Amino acid sequence: MDKNKIFYLFSTFFKIGLFTFGGGYAMISLIEDECVERKQWLTVDELSSVVAIAESTPGPIAINCATYVGYMQKGFFGAVIATLGMVLPSFIVILTISLFFDRFLEYPIISNAFKGIKIAVGILIMQAGIKMLKKSNHKQSYIFIFFSFLTMIFINIFSLKISTIYLLLIFGCISMSIYYINNKGDKV
Amino acid sequence: MIYLELFIAFLKVGCFSFGGAYGAIPLIKETVLSYHWVSEEMLSYFIAVGESTPGSIMVNLATYIGNHQGGILGAIVATFAVVLPAFLIILLVVSLLKALLDNVYIKAFIEGIKPCVIGIIIATGLCMIIENVIFEFQLDINAFIITLLLFFSIYFYKYKTKKELSPIYMIILSAILGVCIYSI
Repeated sequence: MDKNKIFYLFSTFFKIGLFTFGGGYAMISLIEDECVERKQWLTVDELSSVVAIAESTPGPIAINCATYVGYMQKGFFGAVIATLGMVLPSFIVILTISLFFDRFLEYPIISNAFKGIKIAVGILIMQAGIKMLKKSNHKQSYIFIFFSFLTMIFINIFSLKISTIYLLLIFGCISMSIYYINNKGDKV
Repeated sequence: MIYLELFIAFLKVGCFSFGGAYGAIPLIKETVLSYHWVSEEMLSYFIAVGESTPGSIMVNLATYIGNHQGGILGAIVATFAVVLPAFLIILLVVSLLKALLDNVYIKAFIEGIKPCVIGIIIATGLCMIIENVIFEFQLDINAFIITLLLFFSIYFYKYKTKKELSPIYMIILSAILGVCIYSI
């Protein structure tokens, strides 16, 4: 039974890793289908709290989810197996592609295709950002988004060597300070 | 030593990538360019490959750059490093730090980071679009036409079907447009 469960964890996340395109957010619906509906490893509430944790912690969201489910099912070993299952498909696919990718680009037709694709990538990224913008519904969020947007544009225009790490830390601290000022005296 | 450099670089990326791969792109770009591992052009090509192949985009990028610099061992090291922070943080959260995430000050800190990431993503996308069209103060007319056609297709598709054009279709469409317009 135990061995079976480890195998199931691995094969389930291998499948999720193999069949999701477009990164972490696209995976959530597949994880729901596999882990909530079929295997009943998680409840819907649990999944949404995992996603919330994944969003507030760094790292690929898919990895956060796999680690969580694996740990809940089979402890540390389960977490390792589920994460490994999630990573392995894309690792193999990318390794295969990178064997011939550089040579592939020497064909004019391929490099022209990629010149087009490069344009789509910019649009896709902006779309993803705008979608996230539409979901936020807090006055403070809009102000923060506006200022981080302006700062990033400024950094890009003048090609400044300022890491986004500092930007994240500064915005986090500002938000924490605002909370402190607003709630001073309310509670301990 | 390349393996150590790969490990440190991708550990940094894994530690500071909030809100998925797109939020981490400026950080990945900055890290990779500072080591001169791949050119900006190749990186943007590979973001597209990562988008159109299965799996997490960040893992895909780590595997690609790791393999490019240090062969299969490099790929393993870079992928391990990018995954490690997310793995450890979840273990910590479920075993002992659940209370920490419920702390109001930590929550306020995270509430500041989230909108910051959104701003970073929108700005990154916008800058990529502009840099494609205007390269070193010169208008690339082909890129400009493709950009217009892509935006037109997105809105036309949405108008006709009330659905979003999926990223995969958009990448296929852009590849076809690239071949047609740049080959003429």
